[in-house]
Amino acid sequence: MTIKTPEIESSKNDGDIELSLPLQQDLTDWQTGHEFTVVGKPHSRLEGAEKVTGRAQYSADVRLSGQLYGAVLRCPHPHAKLISIDTSEAEALPGVHAVISQNDQFDIDWYSEEAPLFSDQLRFVGDEVAAVAAVSTEVAADALRLIKVNYEPLPFVTDMDQALADDAPAIHDGDNRVEEDSEYERGDCAAGLQQADITVENEYRTQTALHTALEAHGATAHWSGDELIVYESTQGVHAIHGLLCEKLGLPMNKVRVIEQHMGGGFGAKQTLWKPTLFAALLSRKAGRPVQLLLDREGENLATGNRNSTLQQVKLGASNDGKLTAIKMTCRINAGAYATAGEASNVAGIFQHLYHCENVKTSQVRVYTNTGPAVAFRAPGYVEACFALESAMDELAHKLEIDPLELRRINYTGRDQTGDKPWSSPDGLKTCYERLDEEFGWSQRKAPSSEGSIRRGYGLAAHEWMAGMGNPPAAVFIKLNTDGSADVVTGTQDIGTGTRTVLAQVAAEAIGLPMESVRLLLGDTAIGGVAPVSQGSFTVPTLAPAVRGAGENLRRQILEAAALLLETDATTLEIKDGEIVSTEGKHKSLTVADVCDELAPQSLQAHGSRRANPTDTTIRPFGALAAEVAVDTQTGEITVIRIVNAPDCGRILNSKTANSQVIGGVTQGIGFALTEERMVDHNIGLVLNADLEEYKIPTVADIPTITHAEVNLPDLNANNTGAKGLGELPLIPAAPAILNAIFDATGLRFTQLPINRARVLAALQAQQETAE
Amino acid sequence: MKISFTLNGNAVSVNAEPDAPLLWVLRDELRLTGTKFGCGIAQCGACTVFVNGSTRRSCVTPASSINGGSVTTIEGVNGPEAEAIQAAWEKIDVPQCGYCQSGQVMSAVALLKAKPNPTDEDIDNGMAGNICRCASYVRIRQAIHDAADLASNRREIAADSNVSEATNVGLATASEGASA
Ligand code: FES
Ligand code: FES
Repeated sequence: MTIKTPEIESSKNDGDIELSLPLQQDLTDWQTGHEFTVVGKPHSRLEGAEKVTGRAQYSADVRLSGQLYGAVLRCPHPHAKLISIDTSEAEALPGVHAVISQNDQFDIDWYSEEAPLFSDQLRFVGDEVAAVAAVSTEVAADALRLIKVNYEPLPFVTDMDQALADDAPAIHDGDNRVEEDSEYERGDCAAGLQQADITVENEYRTQTALHTALEAHGATAHWSGDELIVYESTQGVHAIHGLLCEKLGLPMNKVRVIEQHMGGGFGAKQTLWKPTLFAALLSRKAGRPVQLLLDREGENLATGNRNSTLQQVKLGASNDGKLTAIKMTCRINAGAYATAGEASNVAGIFQHLYHCENVKTSQVRVYTNTGPAVAFRAPGYVEACFALESAMDELAHKLEIDPLELRRINYTGRDQTGDKPWSSPDGLKTCYERLDEEFGWSQRKAPSSEGSIRRGYGLAAHEWMAGMGNPPAAVFIKLNTDGSADVVTGTQDIGTGTRTVLAQVAAEAIGLPMESVRLLLGDTAIGGVAPVSQGSFTVPTLAPAVRGAGENLRRQILEAAALLLETDATTLEIKDGEIVSTEGKHKSLTVADVCDELAPQSLQAHGSRRANPTDTTIRPFGALAAEVAVDTQTGEITVIRIVNAPDCGRILNSKTANSQVIGGVTQGIGFALTEERMVDHNIGLVLNADLEEYKIPTVADIPTITHAEVNLPDLNANNTGAKGLGELPLIPAAPAILNAIFDATGLRFTQLPINRARVLAALQAQQETAE
Repeated sequence: MKISFTLNGNAVSVNAEPDAPLLWVLRDELRLTGTKFGCGIAQCGACTVFVNGSTRRSCVTPASSINGGSVTTIEGVNGPEAEAIQAAWEKIDVPQCGYCQSGQVMSAVALLKAKPNPTDEDIDNGMAGNICRCASYVRIRQAIHDAADLASNRREIAADSNVSEATNVGLATASEGASA
């Protein structure tokens, strides 16, 4: 028997087997109630055993023969001109194999400003000045100390407000605005505010936060002839591939980017940073593989951050709680350069979350002499949700309307910026219901006080502008002659469980057990193009393509089985690797048997991601409630419990989904209470570029966190009904906690993070006003 | 200088600068990359190993200090506590990115050896030095409790089946586990 395998897009087949089953372009059968065998099950991640035994290989673990170790020399000034650099002593140090700097005159530009790779204008503490490769990390560090640099310090400005002053030093040419203000208005905001029975107005500040992935940025570069192989810690192997080719002027078939596991990214690893290119250049110069991993200081100074913001928010409402106007003006601290990747969209949530006819937003990015900002898990939305949801809480309090009720009053099932429905118009409503059930919001007790401890409750709603996924994604599945399948993708697993979830979708679509499916990813030479794992894109982009390929393969297996059984393919199904009748009767034939008959030929199928619909806007939503205790004597804030109900469409794997929710909420607790990169604006230096003083949550800081599953398949979004989840849970945590603090103490904080000192100062001020 | 020590039960010797961090000796010289670099200055716990049986941050442990000693890394950790911890970790899917987990596992094994039935507070104290940015903490706590049950069961089975060889410590631990 021979068979010619069809592509998913072609309905023509000129092989020996006539394909009678229709090609399902519209896969709409995964509705609520559909019975799944693999999808939706709490499958542990496939690489779990490797990760608990130290066997999982991260890019930092690559060890090639003759490998050298790199290090980066950084500018110690916030703003300086590089007058001269002498690397000769470093080059002469035994064990040093290559040094690169401005002296090499590379014709490579960087950042959106197209600054030279090694510039004589240094614009932040940590800006890269030179790099070395040596036989060990210690020798590389010694070599850095031998490089002589002559800097001329220049006037600097590290504070965003000061950067906009008329006499502020210019960081690039011009007035320190990265671009024109980005403006949006619908309706008439001024009129809406005038109509309002009540308004609330506040200025909110959010801090600069650091991604702090435990595995720092880094790469191992290796030239094999004229071909470059890079092992990179990245959220996007294909993005790195494209950018390396562009920067080095290489054809794409001469560069290969590999990554099997990565130690966290959270947005900061979505684009190419200089150290990876340094590794490639050093390796070319030294003629040996070079591994360049950043130390923690370099990581914290120069690989991105969540931009700080200043947001002026004014809400107008009628006495019945309906919003008549939303106004928001904001400044964003871009740092010294504009980086590629997702933009921080602070304005988005103000335009989308609530029904309101009159909305005006304006945002502008400002240059400062600090490390460049880059997307950090829901960029813009985390910052903005704090401001909007604090203001909504204040409005609820003033109107004496329950905060959840106020949000229901202002509900919208439509995208008011595009005037079309949300893909799941009841998504947010369902989140409110689930939150109420799991947290017991409606039944909550009144805020209480016992001794010095005050308890209160707060909530926040949220949405996220991404999470819809986008083409392109190309998936290829080959059925091995023993009936097992290799699913070849070009995506990467950044620790979210992509490998596992996609394997589940493939297994379900083909009809195989999980053990029979291998999911390949993280290698540009093997997998088809796939997007960067950003914007909660990976599952909603890849899963529909995997499903398409899987369904196509199943169809071919059934056709072949029908020939063998001399029956009609429409009467057959595949269950758990076995051919059964549509009534479930065994046929004494397995997928392995079919493959055996076909051998040495084998079946294969392609799948690709279709375009998103244009008549609806795909959107994930959520709601979160927190209970906190505040000790009025010490200022200590204890988060007691948090419930988050995110609408991410269908939950493909409840275990990995729970991990995402708990992890996101925990990062939100850090954002609310402890995390802040601190800069001394007088000297321009970063004060806490480490893990001791930049405080992220530890095991002792974690309350009970509950994921209230919403699990509402969104088949308007794609054929799996799944939307992105990764970023959602972080968005609402800070405002809900701050609203709970208000409930407990009557203190309304408008600046993050809120720590003991700020609580105590506010309590004292509160007491003084009372007296 | 030549440094000789026992690594995961085998005698090894390497040439290293006396002040070279053990972490780099393990990763670069001996090519055991399960132990991770997170900060290099004793602030994250990713590099946790056992030196002469107790947890140490290998990034700030000078190579010379282990001469003649014994080192256990994630690649070689074993015994009932390690088996229980790794099984519990895998069962409830503790890791996300997984990068911190070698260190978490080593600290958890040490905790379980010292406190066979740790309370939440013991866990907070024993594990607070191990940062996890993915925030797998809720599951770490759960997995340590699960592992404590598992390990005490295993010790009981071992004690029952081979009472004559069970050490006093082993028996005492088992009964303590059972009574809690
Ligand atoms: S690498 Fe040793 S504690 Fe962080
Ligand atoms: S699992 Fe990612 S840092 Fe712990």
